[in-house]
Amino acid sequence: MAATEQEVLAGLAEIVSEETGLPTDAVLLEKSFTDDLDIDSLSMMTIVTHCEDKFDVRIPDEDVKNLTTVGDAVSYITKAQA
Amino acid sequence: MTRATITQAQPTRYSRILAVGGVRGEQVVTNDDVAGPIDSSDEWIRQRTGIVTRRRAGDDVDVLDLAEGAARIVLERAGLTGADVDTVIVATSTHQHQTPSAAAIVADRVGANPAAAYDVSAACAGYTYAIAQADALVRSGAAQHVLVIGAEKMSGFVDPTDRTISFLLGDGAGAALVGPSDTPGIGPTVWGSDGSKHTAIRQTHAWDAIKDDPSLGYPTLRQDGPTVFKWASFQMAPVAAKALAEAGVSADQIQAFVPHQANMRIIDQMIKQLGLPETVAIGRDIADTGNTSAASIPLAMDRLVAEGQVASGDLALQIGFGAGLVFAAQVVVIP
Repeated sequence: MAATEQEVLAGLAEIVSEETGLPTDAVLLEKSFTDDLDIDSLSMMTIVTHCEDKFDVRIPDEDVKNLTTVGDAVSYITKAQA
Repeated sequence: MTRATITQAQPTRYSRILAVGGVRGEQVVTNDDVAGPIDSSDEWIRQRTGIVTRRRAGDDVDVLDLAEGAARIVLERAGLTGADVDTVIVATSTHQHQTPSAAAIVADRVGANPAAAYDVSAACAGYTYAIAQADALVRSGAAQHVLVIGAEKMSGFVDPTDRTISFLLGDGAGAALVGPSDTPGIGPTVWGSDGSKHTAIRQTHAWDAIKDDPSLGYPTLRQDGPTVFKWASFQMAPVAAKALAEAGVSADQIQAFVPHQANMRIIDQMIKQLGLPETVAIGRDIADTGNTSAASIPLAMDRLVAEGQVASGDLALQIGFGAGLVFAAQVVVIP
């Protein structure tokens, strides 16, 4: 069953926390992966891969560059699940 | 009229690596040496790749010289001469002649003439592809002693202003001598390709494009770093795991993991994905040598042996992966 935006955010926050060591409550919708969370393009690919597994979605490499903020990723995943 | 029956080569049961060794480019190139033209820094390169220095060969050394150097070392270690070698396979993507092959020239240089000799084009997976072939040739009876060499002068394809791959690259050659064995020494190879991703690691333009537009100049290499990272980290770990399974061993039964030295972060992610215990020695030669493509696995294995991190008879999981995309993994017994 598709997850709600809140559930996707919670799951994504866990994945980001695992990859970066940041607390999950630092992963907020308006945060930029690069500028706020200091996530580089390789770590981003790790996060994307774990999201694909966790939420059973496919995120093509060419779409990853458009996922600037946590909110971008949450809405992308939520739509992809629909 | 009855037709005559032909004789086929008689197979032998097992093969193994009899010796491994290699040479690195003599020049030590620091991150500071390459950071300027890509507007980068020592810190960024270390964080991004784990590379501290890369080794590069001078203008007077070509890929044939590197291959010859590695070949001479393994022949000596195996206690053999060139005359004992009946097949030479050179894995390279940086030999400067489309033809003839590097292998024929190297075979002649090391006294292996008239051994069968050919090159393998499988980029950074070239060495593990060639080990797969050597294993099959020896066990089929088609060859007795196969000299496998991964040799690259990657610096010949470097664009100093390229931020995608050039700053990773180093020069060197690693070799292995493969021969018959009384016990199993090379596990089944798990290998394959994905040509749909042929642009992920690529030459900037084809050779014939220069005929039409000489201003293009000599081609260099580029890669889509994040795409390659994702593929290598997450799709290659299952390939490596399958090589373990096909060899009939588990992750806690091997003593070394020697992946292609592409990027330390790929290596770290693969270790995580494979769930390797801390007792497994890891090939991390990239930190000092850089990415030497087809040469990187034998160089990293040679270093683990030289540093006493592994011993003769230990089991090593090795996996090559790179442009193509292509990949090959197998478990081998360390000579």
